[in-house]
Amino acid sequence: MTLAPSRAAAAGAPTGARQRPRRASRSVTGRWSRISYLFVSGYVLFALAFGILPTLYAVRMSFTHDDGTFAGLSNFVDAVQDFRFLPAVGHVAAFVGVWLVSLLVLVTVLALMVHAIGRAWLSSSVRFVYYIPGALAGAASVVLWLFLLNPTVSPVSAVLRAFGFSTFVETIAPGNLPVIFAVIAFWSGAGGWIVVMYGALNSIPVEVLEAARLDGAGAVRTALHVQLPMLRKWISYMAIMSLAAGTQLFVEPRVLSQASHAVVPNDYSLNQLAYLFAFKQGDLNGSAAIAVLLLLVTLVLSVFFVIRGGLFERD
Amino acid sequence: MTTEHPRGAATPLRHLVVAATAAVTLLALAACGSSTSPSASKSDGSTSAFGFAPVKQDSSAAITVWVDATREAAAKQFQTAHPEVPIKVETYDGGADGSGSFQTKVEAFNQAGSGWPDVVFSTQNNEAAWASQGKDAFAAPLDKGYLDKSFLDGFTPGALAPVTVDGTVYGLRNDLAPTVTWYDTALMKQFGYTVPTTWEAYQALGEKVGKEHPGYIVGTVGDSFAPEIYFWGAKAPVNVVKGTDQFSANTSDASSVKMATLVDDLLKSGSMAKESVFSPEFVQKYTGKVLMMPGPVWYSGALFNNPSSLKSAPGTIAAGLPLGWDGQQAVAGNVGGGTWYVSRHSANLEAAKKFMEFVTSDPSYQVDLAQGLPAYKDAGDKWLAKQAASGFFAGDFAKNVSAAASEVWDGWGYPRFSQEAVWAKTVTPALSAGKSLVDTLPEWDKAIKNQAQANGYKVK
Repeated sequence: MTLAPSRAAAAGAPTGARQRPRRASRSVTGRWSRISYLFVSGYVLFALAFGILPTLYAVRMSFTHDDGTFAGLSNFVDAVQDFRFLPAVGHVAAFVGVWLVSLLVLVTVLALMVHAIGRAWLSSSVRFVYYIPGALAGAASVVLWLFLLNPTVSPVSAVLRAFGFSTFVETIAPGNLPVIFAVIAFWSGAGGWIVVMYGALNSIPVEVLEAARLDGAGAVRTALHVQLPMLRKWISYMAIMSLAAGTQLFVEPRVLSQASHAVVPNDYSLNQLAYLFAFKQGDLNGSAAIAVLLLLVTLVLSVFFVIRGGLFERD
Repeated sequence: MTTEHPRGAATPLRHLVVAATAAVTLLALAACGSSTSPSASKSDGSTSAFGFAPVKQDSSAAITVWVDATREAAAKQFQTAHPEVPIKVETYDGGADGSGSFQTKVEAFNQAGSGWPDVVFSTQNNEAAWASQGKDAFAAPLDKGYLDKSFLDGFTPGALAPVTVDGTVYGLRNDLAPTVTWYDTALMKQFGYTVPTTWEAYQALGEKVGKEHPGYIVGTVGDSFAPEIYFWGAKAPVNVVKGTDQFSANTSDASSVKMATLVDDLLKSGSMAKESVFSPEFVQKYTGKVLMMPGPVWYSGALFNNPSSLKSAPGTIAAGLPLGWDGQQAVAGNVGGGTWYVSRHSANLEAAKKFMEFVTSDPSYQVDLAQGLPAYKDAGDKWLAKQAASGFFAGDFAKNVSAAASEVWDGWGYPRFSQEAVWAKTVTPALSAGKSLVDTLPEWDKAIKNQAQANGYKVK
């Protein structure tokens, strides 16, 4: 799991601080300027090779037949008309809805709570504990959850039974899956974001909090009226990143499908459907069409979060 | 990995903007009608002595063999017997429950143009339907000169039907998996019941067990292969394949509805379990409580004579003949019966041939180690004799199993998609939620037909 945002957060304030080095950069020599290009070149190359070029390739494929001739929108029409498409959209939307809301709310609340802990050792220990599950790679964490979700072998079987689930198949009933996937994703991903949010909270100047306190604001009012507005950019940043990851749901349903002897279908999510189009039906162009549709939806929603969250506004 | 934070966090929007801008440019380019073929067409090579064009052969090249965990023993046994053959063994899920791993991986290799394994084992018996087709067909034809006719003739008649497409044999059968009627002779005696020979009598017995001995079962519908036990064995026309592109399913046919009603009835009486035989719940709840269970021959080693499963006492479990509808000829269903395929891309076909012949016919694996009834006749006979000699199974095990093997109903096809996966995602959750099977039939019917259509069948 890559936690690039944490590096940015650790560096200090989100945007205001960025302007200072930029002004300073005007005075650096050409040599330093060249070195900075060298530093970013690695990223740019990989972004091109594994991000931009595959995207362009997918877009091209989505508008062509397998012999390379122009196909117009026919791949998109075929994909959308496939009997598995709309259910998959529903599944992903339900999962992203449950997960995104719980992630945004709980991570923010937990980060505020951890930040409010006065003792440094306790605060850092709690952050560490939150972060541990994130160290498990995707498939490994799902395998662990397979045991937790099976009432026969689960250490928390009492909780499952309290919900009325006495068998594994009952636990993974179709209606429960969005919540189950959200819980798994939250468990493995939230810790990293809490650390990021904590870093963002640290960037709020002490004087501001001091002033709020002098004005008689308690912890809750400070959080609501001072910290939260100042965290807005970070929250929308988290939303964009999580949205991109969430719509690509694949590993969790795939592992659960194999472990449940196919009771969780292998065409549960859009990404799984794209995979089946490509490698079960040999329809790579249809698969590309699904991928492009996913990209479009994510783009539109990301733009919404960028605008609403003021991500690129300067303080 | 879906939940991790994507890399390059500092410039997500720039990414998207660049991508979007470039995408629009590219759309315009694509609209101009550029055309490059992604894969060069290949000759079908039918001129070769094997019925396909082999790649350049190298007798020292290691063969890569894919097996599931259970068949790892076969590969190991081959390594012991033939240390001179270089071989690399890799395990995968064997396509269990219709996961489609075999096909999806091969399609990926087709795209890459390299990486194919030389020999593949699959637990599914419908792989030949796709592996033999298309311009990048994976499976090598075996009866056009590659394998000796005398060897192929050594298989039990009908054993190669699932791997035969348009009269050409594309794979070898590992084991035969007809369904038989498993029952516990000790419990039958203790409860004073007689073993039913028809589905009607089976239903009546199940109802009785539910009342008189709650907790005991006469079967389970919790597995993805339940339709292959109950609906195949009931001659239900829900998986009919004609040629390579015609498919039909009729869940409202009388046999289908009769079987669904039977299952509902037994579920209601409590004598039909909903758990998978491979689940820990099943072993926990039903060890010593399986009075009867229609199921494939391989239950012998996988469940009954398995210390980590039902662990039945020696001399108690018998394999009865398949059940039939009252007044009709009884037929057997069939659950899998693994299959082996050789890749057309193999660079060491001689080694692959040696391996294929060994794992399907050599007694050191098929008789001494295999859990199911070998499809190769000679090994099969020896396996049955060995089971009889061990005295583990009661009754006339060898005779009934052989009879079942010759009674598999031929009205159930081998399409390019998995009936197991369709059942598991449509019917299993419905039954688990307490819905009746009869009420689920229309949904199942639709799911089967949708799947057939998506896989290129003309559906009736």
